Amino acid sequence: MDKLHLDKHISRQFNEELESLRQQVMTMGGLAEEMISDATRALVEGDSELAQKVVDADDRVNDMEKAIDERCIFILARRQPTASDLRLVVAMIKTINDLERIGDEAEKIARMAISLAEAERPRNNYRELEIMGTTVRGMLRDALDGFVRLAPEVAVDLVREDKNVDADYEAALRQYHTYLVEEPRSTRRILDAIWVARAMERIGDHAKNIGEYIVYLVEGKDLRHASLAEMERELTDDDRE
Amino acid sequence: MEENHQATQIPKAGVSMGSDRKALNIEREEICIETRGLNLYYGEDQALKDINLRIPRNRVTAFIGPSGCGKSTLLRCFNRMNDLIDICRIEGEISIDGQEIHDRNIDVAEHRRRVGMVFQKPNPFPKSIFENVAYGLRLQGVNDRRKLAEVVERALRAAALWDEVKDRLDDNAFGLSGGQQQRLVIARAIAIEPEVILLDEPCSALDPISTAKVEELIIELKDRYTIVIVTHNMQQAARVSDFTAYMYMGELIEFDDTSRLFTNPRRRATEDYITGRYG
Repeated sequence: MDKLHLDKHISRQFNEELESLRQQVMTMGGLAEEMISDATRALVEGDSELAQKVVDADDRVNDMEKAIDERCIFILARRQPTASDLRLVVAMIKTINDLERIGDEAEKIARMAISLAEAERPRNNYRELEIMGTTVRGMLRDALDGFVRLAPEVAVDLVREDKNVDADYEAALRQYHTYLVEEPRSTRRILDAIWVARAMERIGDHAKNIGEYIVYLVEGKDLRHASLAEMERELTDDDRE
Repeated sequence: MEENHQATQIPKAGVSMGSDRKALNIEREEICIETRGLNLYYGEDQALKDINLRIPRNRVTAFIGPSGCGKSTLLRCFNRMNDLIDICRIEGEISIDGQEIHDRNIDVAEHRRRVGMVFQKPNPFPKSIFENVAYGLRLQGVNDRRKLAEVVERALRAAALWDEVKDRLDDNAFGLSGGQQQRLVIARAIAIEPEVILLDEPCSALDPISTAKVEELIIELKDRYTIVIVTHNMQQAARVSDFTAYMYMGELIEFDDTSRLFTNPRRRATEDYITGRYG
């Protein structure tokens, strides 16, 4: 956070408010990350207890979202932040929204894991979902790491990774299609697996969004919906003095 | 149901919503005031250093910066107020509408009519409300009561003060509140049809309601006048201006579209100042 000079305000109180908020966002992100990995593991290992832990954790993520939102609104009302301070507060408000949605998706995966724990395991033991889960969890970790390091370039990697996840999702869908035809008695289980794949694909989208907020925070540029090439171009030309 | 549907007016996308606008680019603006290589000295002390600035017409331009940065000094250059200070020496060019304001053939009194100024503390004359606004016209030799009444009403309406004072135009101006006095002074400035209005911290002595009224007035007036405002209140600059200049120790550090300057300034020094950091 050095580049933002968060400790350089004349108001020490303001330094502390922003720093503590930033830490809360990271804590919330860490929680969401843990939910993804636990949900994935619960699915693969058929561990309903661990899955239930993920379901319970979602309440905490929701509470954190509300608490951080409230603090951000206080700062907007009381401090009227400008420039990088304003961008930081806005980026945090947006980031926690995506983190909350990630929590919801992880909760969905965990619920499916509970339901699938009872069912017969497929031959590959959900290998494709384990891979997707590991990838999107890594994406979130990179996004949070980029937030801490103020590294807008992670946005580009996240867009690339998201494309891979989308491709994995498409492949998984095709695979499940075949199963649906071949094993009609496993329909229920396959539909659940489709839901899990869908939730993981969404988590990838949310992690990618966080990357775009980092670009806004650091560069003041809005690169949402930009193409990969556009993004790379924008991130290399620097007009700051 | 059909009627209800028609009654509900949903604003269309793209309809102007006040400050909702694209970033402005000075290169696409018509320029009113321009300085080139402007240096200003008070005796040995240099108060302005090589100021190169273009102020667009019919826009509000704000000067911000810490005390002593030269923003008021720069503002005063535009209507040659610094001429009144013996030890003040100016180098470089200042033009308004392309004409150098220090040219020999410039009539200073006429120049100050074109470039009106409003100060920090409202300074009405110890006269009636009516006579305060009519003062400039009387100086120009206008004495026709009907003509004066017409101009006074128009100026007071433009200054959003008419409804509050129309029944007591002959009362002494000192009976008005501070905020009303400030709007009266603005009415006095616009009665003589200037092109430019310079405002030197016009709201620093006013309460928030009066401040809001003056700010509203500033935004309304920019359709007809070029406005330059010096303010210590950064939120005020952010609220009313189209362009902002940040000055520090006599230098122009950054000049840009206000939205850009307040969300993503180009220079670290500007960022430190507007976010309340010590640089």
